[in-house]
Amino acid sequence: MTQRGLDLDDIVERALGGQRRAVGRLLSVAERGGAEADRLTAALHGRSARAHIVGITGPPGSGKSTLVGRLTAAAAASGANPAVLAVDPSSPLTGGAILGDRIRIDRTGGDVFVRSIATRGHAGGLAVAVPGAIRVLDATGFDPIIIETVGVGQVEVDIAAMADTTVVVANPGTGDAVQANKAGLLEIADIFVVNKADLPEAEALRLDLERMLDLSHVTGHEAYRGRRAPIVLTESLSGTGIDELWTEIIDHRSLLDASNARQLRQLLRLRAEVEALVAGRIHRLTRAVFDSSAGERALADLASGRIDPVAAAEIILDEGTASLGS
Amino acid sequence: MSGPPSSETPPLRVVLAKLGFDGHDRGLRVVARLLRDAGCEVIYLGLRQSVDNVVAVVEQEDADAVGLSMHNAGHLTLAPKMVQALRDAGLDTPVVVGGIIPDVDVEPLRQAGVAAILGPGASAEEVVHAVRSAVDSTP
Repeated sequence: MTQRGLDLDDIVERALGGQRRAVGRLLSVAERGGAEADRLTAALHGRSARAHIVGITGPPGSGKSTLVGRLTAAAAASGANPAVLAVDPSSPLTGGAILGDRIRIDRTGGDVFVRSIATRGHAGGLAVAVPGAIRVLDATGFDPIIIETVGVGQVEVDIAAMADTTVVVANPGTGDAVQANKAGLLEIADIFVVNKADLPEAEALRLDLERMLDLSHVTGHEAYRGRRAPIVLTESLSGTGIDELWTEIIDHRSLLDASNARQLRQLLRLRAEVEALVAGRIHRLTRAVFDSSAGERALADLASGRIDPVAAAEIILDEGTASLGS
Repeated sequence: MSGPPSSETPPLRVVLAKLGFDGHDRGLRVVARLLRDAGCEVIYLGLRQSVDNVVAVVEQEDADAVGLSMHNAGHLTLAPKMVQALRDAGLDTPVVVGGIIPDVDVEPLRQAGVAAILGPGASAEEVVHAVRSAVDSTP
């Protein structure tokens, strides 16, 4: 990947022809960002926006990967051609990562296409890399595209919330009704899964979620999301409830298609990607100003107390804007 | 408008696996941590993998290297098969082998195309260096 030559057009051609190795290479290009990724976006943009995007999120250890494996098997059995993006965290210290989702996905999912993605720390990186990866998989004929993220951290929640259908996985015995009403993860669900439903407190959790959803009905959150989210009880290890979950996902897809909701979500995804691209460019632009003599002067003035941080920020932005015009 | 070339070198992506019936995965887990802490992205497959599955994973993950851990005396059979399966698929991905490898087997493994062989007692630096130079010397 680091030194291999890259003839992008050739790889795109082979990927569109269904060669998995070429799809793998394109995913690396999308993930890396930069000029090659920009060319890739230009080449594929018109060919995508067909696949159904399913986000699956929940706490570490809640059984997401095993569930995703089961889901892909159910999808494949119904004639679909699923692919999985499995996101795991990078170390903020070394940049390294252990990507361990696919050992469980492979075990229950069989021969499905799985790509592991590390969050790679850099500002907004995932916010560009994931839409890029979706575009590659979409254009090369995968549908649905299932994105698995750990439901901690804003970025991961944002990624899951970008999906057409967002599935939130919860486990029995991990919280009470107050937890269920906290803001965040539970707000973004189109479908709830109570996984490990063979555990004794599964029914209690289902009731807590039902009561939380009752309140969503009262407060207007339900109307905002478009419907009351169904709750599905599953046991990933045995496969119990998986067919029901797959049916709920299909139903939600039909529901989105029946209105303009799916187009709306697509547009929101594109908007988020553009925002991330713009933010990335501004980030690089201002970093260049920091390294310039004007930037060093501003920092020196800040250190000596002559200006305050807000004034320094204004100078950096002005310099950056000026360098755009030149 | 095109973005600037990405300045940072992306992390090495390494697939780690044990092939066939070989239940000793402690060493592989240690290597996974060594590589993670050296800044690599480790795609961890763990126990009971097949050669064909590893090839499929290397393709999907666009991996830079494959690390095999072997403690069942199957290395002279399985490591060359792994190398051959990758080459047959048109992949030049280097294969690094670690585990209980008798000295007399090192040369045959090299002849079979294994990029590096690491024995018990290899230091963290040696493991990381072996993987990096295997990737660097891949055309």
